[in-house]
Amino acid sequence: MKTKLLTLVGCLALIALPYLVYPVFLMKILCFALFACSFNLLIGYTGLLSFGHAAFFGAAGYIAGYLLRDVGLTFEVAVLVGTLGAGIIGYIMGGLAIRRRGIYFTMITLALAQMVYFVFLQAPFTGGEDGFQNVPRSSLFGLLNLSSDTTMYYVVVGIVILSLVLIHRIISSPYGNVLAAIRENEPRAISLGYDVNKYKLLAFVLSAMIAGLAGATKAAVLGFETLADIHWSTSGLVILMTLIGGKGTFTGPLVGAFVIIFLENKLGEAGTFLAHLTGIEGFQAIGESITTVIGLIFIVCVLAFRRGVVGELMDRLTQRNAVS
Amino acid sequence: MEIFGIPLPALTGQLLLGLVNGCFYAMLSLGLAVIFGLLNVINFSHGAFYMLGALLAWVGLNNFGIDYWAMLVCAPILVGLFGMVFERTMLRRLYKLDHLYGLLLTFGITLVLEGLLRSVYGVSGQPYSVPTALQGVTDLGVMLIPTYRLWVVFASLGICAITWLLIEKTKVGAFLRAGTENPRLVEAFGVNVPLMVTLTYGFGVAMAALAGVLAAPIVQVSPLMGSNLIIVVFAVVVIGGMGSIAGAVITGLGLGVIEGLTRVFYPEFSSTVVFIVMAIVLMVRPNGLFGKEMA
Repeated sequence: MKTKLLTLVGCLALIALPYLVYPVFLMKILCFALFACSFNLLIGYTGLLSFGHAAFFGAAGYIAGYLLRDVGLTFEVAVLVGTLGAGIIGYIMGGLAIRRRGIYFTMITLALAQMVYFVFLQAPFTGGEDGFQNVPRSSLFGLLNLSSDTTMYYVVVGIVILSLVLIHRIISSPYGNVLAAIRENEPRAISLGYDVNKYKLLAFVLSAMIAGLAGATKAAVLGFETLADIHWSTSGLVILMTLIGGKGTFTGPLVGAFVIIFLENKLGEAGTFLAHLTGIEGFQAIGESITTVIGLIFIVCVLAFRRGVVGELMDRLTQRNAVS
Repeated sequence: MEIFGIPLPALTGQLLLGLVNGCFYAMLSLGLAVIFGLLNVINFSHGAFYMLGALLAWVGLNNFGIDYWAMLVCAPILVGLFGMVFERTMLRRLYKLDHLYGLLLTFGITLVLEGLLRSVYGVSGQPYSVPTALQGVTDLGVMLIPTYRLWVVFASLGICAITWLLIEKTKVGAFLRAGTENPRLVEAFGVNVPLMVTLTYGFGVAMAALAGVLAAPIVQVSPLMGSNLIIVVFAVVVIGGMGSIAGAVITGLGLGVIEGLTRVFYPEFSSTVVFIVMAIVLMVRPNGLFGKEMA
């Protein structure tokens, strides 16, 4: 009952928000939130730490951007092809990476993602270092013009909600239970007769496709696509988002994505504001070194808050319930 | 003289460049392997410590007038001490947890180091001149090569050999190897394992910094110089397999040479070739070329 109420309030807030906050900023947060959720499907529910998720996010963004600008296809086709493209890259990368476990898996995904990075750096259609500019949003099914920010916003909300429902279905299905079993005790899952590698590969591909969906949508929303989205630092960023929010919690990645994107975009303003308020020039520098701040948050999270914001909150709540 | 339509000087030039790069790969992946062996931590900050070594050399020369040879000793010691403090205060708390947290923590410290140095020194590369004693070219009979590059190859091969001897042939090395197998047993023999871990981390990190000082006159010194190199080194480590020290060195050198050759015959692929080799090796031998059988 409580969760239903919360979901309802959340949905209402999502509908009202573009009248209060700049919609493009909101859409950027939503895209990264979806990206973080796709990543959480792997780390939180399957126990696989991929350090190459930016490859799917960025590759799908490039594919969608190319189809929208140079081929002139409509929004839904471009996003769909981008998602499928990410799925194919995910199938190849996952197929190679799941042969090893733990830290090796992580390093292999990282290295393979770097390979994808170089391919997109040199492929003739991507514009190299400059990336894509002026990507049109086109229209939905050729009917709904998406150039208005508000219209686009509701489409993005729709995509994100549908994907969240899908992720929820995946993790609460029997298939999701097998994934959890693999995360908790892989040898036991094997001895129970599950073809563990097949389950892991499917989870990897699903996660890659959702990451691709997020990336393709983001490219259409912002109207450009650059190498930054495919670079490994973006893979690091999505790990941090999930870690901050709480891995293995359903809403954690959403919170984490909000915190990080908010910091990335508003840290400079916050620094200037603090400098004005206190008269200390040093605060001005905060905005200039976002990497440092994000790195510090990373360190604090790993050392002290491994459960993340949502994880810690849920822990507190269940403890209080247990006492009363 | 031409080989496959490529003029010989161009071929040998790229081969040498590849060999020099391979030396850096070898030194870095060796340090990573040593740290991984005892701490079970993938030291993501290895690239940042390499960069720190090069940047310290540059700052030493430009701000304090300390020359290359002094920095070749000082920079690794300073970075090694920093690494030991980092290990003592932060990394140590994570040993009981999943190894992935070690990777994430070292990733965090990388971001902090790069971010801080970038706001101080900017992203543009700083030139660092070759020390006077090593300027000029050496005639090898078949070809002329810059003396400094020759020095880099000899120095790093020497360091790799000394490290290998230290770990495989001395008593300290025996304790180290035993510590990776069974730390509690080694502790029962009266060895201070936590101290050994700290020193090992410091040593591995100092080696990265030493590679950085060696690289300073060849590459542009900048806060970003380590971040792309580290991914290549990870690939080297995956290809070589984590088990053996010799494997790290041989794979590092070999891949450097392969990269150099690719730059001659198919330049577009030179930055990807290491990852392609990795994908092929993984398909055939998932444990790497020199790796032991493990889960």
